[in-house]
Amino acid sequence: MLGLDKKDFTLLLVVAALVLLAPFILNPFPADSAMAQFNAGYPDLMQRFVIFGIFAIGFNILFGLTGYLSFGHAAFLGVGSYSAVWMFKLLSMNVIPAIILAVIVSGVFALVIGFVSLRRTGIYFSILTLAFAQMSFNLAYSVLTPITNGETGLQITLNDPRILGVSATAEGGIPVTNLFGLEMRGTEVLNIGPWAFQFNNGYYLCGVIMLIAFYISIRIFRSPFGLMLRAIKANKTRLNYTGLNTRPYALAAFVISGMYAGLAGGLLASMDPLAGAERMQWTASGEVVLMTILGGAGTLIGPVVGAGFIKYFENIFSKINESVLHGWFSFLPEGMENGVVWVTEHFVGPGWHLTLGLLFMLVVTFLPGGLVEGGQKLAGLFRRKSKSEAPDGAAQKHPAE
Amino acid sequence: MGILEIKNVNKRFGGLKALTDVNLSVAENTVHAIIGPNGAGKSTLLNCLVGKLIPDTGSVMFDGQSVLGRTPYEINQMGISRVFQTPEIFGELTVMENMMIPCFAKRDGSFELNAITSIASQKDVREKAEHMLESMNLAEKRNMHAASMSRGDKRRLEIAMCLAQEPRLLLLDEPTAGMARADTNNTIDLLKQIKAERDITIAIIEHDMHVVFSLAERITVLAQGTPLVEDIPANIKGHPKVREAYLGETQVA
Repeated sequence: MLGLDKKDFTLLLVVAALVLLAPFILNPFPADSAMAQFNAGYPDLMQRFVIFGIFAIGFNILFGLTGYLSFGHAAFLGVGSYSAVWMFKLLSMNVIPAIILAVIVSGVFALVIGFVSLRRTGIYFSILTLAFAQMSFNLAYSVLTPITNGETGLQITLNDPRILGVSATAEGGIPVTNLFGLEMRGTEVLNIGPWAFQFNNGYYLCGVIMLIAFYISIRIFRSPFGLMLRAIKANKTRLNYTGLNTRPYALAAFVISGMYAGLAGGLLASMDPLAGAERMQWTASGEVVLMTILGGAGTLIGPVVGAGFIKYFENIFSKINESVLHGWFSFLPEGMENGVVWVTEHFVGPGWHLTLGLLFMLVVTFLPGGLVEGGQKLAGLFRRKSKSEAPDGAAQKHPAE
Repeated sequence: MGILEIKNVNKRFGGLKALTDVNLSVAENTVHAIIGPNGAGKSTLLNCLVGKLIPDTGSVMFDGQSVLGRTPYEINQMGISRVFQTPEIFGELTVMENMMIPCFAKRDGSFELNAITSIASQKDVREKAEHMLESMNLAEKRNMHAASMSRGDKRRLEIAMCLAQEPRLLLLDEPTAGMARADTNNTIDLLKQIKAERDITIAIIEHDMHVVFSLAERITVLAQGTPLVEDIPANIKGHPKVREAYLGETQVA
């Protein structure tokens, strides 16, 4: 189906179902319950899940498939955002031209950086990409202020020309981003009992684009081109002595992953039309590396899982503060309560990085294949169990992964 | 005129003269062995043929065209395939995937951005790879990871990958190094079979005299970067200069 084999098509269907039903799945707790702060089903966070999913899918094509660890991918994300905002300023508030320009500009940018960086491999390649990204960050932060608006960040204003749109709305406000009139911030709220499910236009646009991006990534994984990329990772020497030029393959992978990053940046700007230099900083580049490794580098779904995981932590764990903890542990005697709260508060709120770090260490140590490997191990355990209960050969059809 | 003509090749590494005035001609459709003690310059010479090293002076012609200044993949596309001392294969990929890569290289050239079709739809390449695996007795291992195979099977796969490109010249760098006797004999039989089945020139660098004398039709002895003798195997065996080079001392009467 769609040029995919049965297994990949099932995976695509599952991901599509999860994306479409995310407003329900991520909102399991009633709106006024104590657990409501664990709900992730609000538009801003759901958009981030899928946008960073796209970012990580693209990064995985370079890192997971080709084996080149780039430490500068946030530069392409930032370039995508700036391009998109300029499109909003100059052309119109429709997101389609903005996204297209973001992808093209970041692709060109990736071509230039990739051409230079790919002359080296291993750690030298990583350092080169890091250097380029930091250069881009500093350019955006200070030197190129006329284009990037420096540390304030690029925003849309009432004075922008917007030749195909309007500079200001009839009420005198700044127009909002839209898809042929459909406002990106528009949200329908469905109240079922105490639950409030939010369906946001922008989220669904991002979700559909993410599914397309995911589909393309599956096709790349299963194509002869993808095989060559895996061969680069496995043994570059043999590939060279097999009459294949590794450079254009690696460069193509670099540009494709740069375009994915630009797409993510363009979508970020489409949801919230501003772009700041901090989006290009090395911490942002490091984040996508974490996402990919945490989820499972080289697997199809791993990067999306990793992106969701990290964004959930960043937004949910960081919201838990001291008073919330006091609420949770109020059943304990007072001295003990204070002690427990004192310990746990270091792991939540601003300390969520500590929890993430511990988790990352555990995953890398015990599950080098990431969370996807963990899932496969669990599934394997489950299968073996059901096999021993029903040993009539039905379960023996599973080939080794 | 041989298919491979090496003329006056010199290569220095700093103060070390690795190759001095090497002249060598490999005739088409023969098995030509290059032997010599450690440090004789055998590997340096091989690296000059495949584009890994560039000689300081001299010329290397393959089928009338110079290989100097070309990169390894360009030289490979001219029709020279190389087997390494330790098998260089794609360890993380399956045996079948390993086999398909040279088939793609043969069909599509050095670069082809074929990102949307699926591997499963490339019937011609799959059939060719399948056929190669069967002829090399590797078919039942097609879904194994190449890294988990035995040394002998890895060597067999590497040779199969080289042959899939239908090279005119196959270079083998100590193909039986580190192998058990049984695996060595299997490799000898395999190379004999390859030679019998197709029009191919084989140049082999080898330490193991058993391998050399079972395969070679012509032997060049290299010592201290210079060809010492070149002759048919029967005349090499008892040659005093060869004994001298290998024993490292002259016999004082």
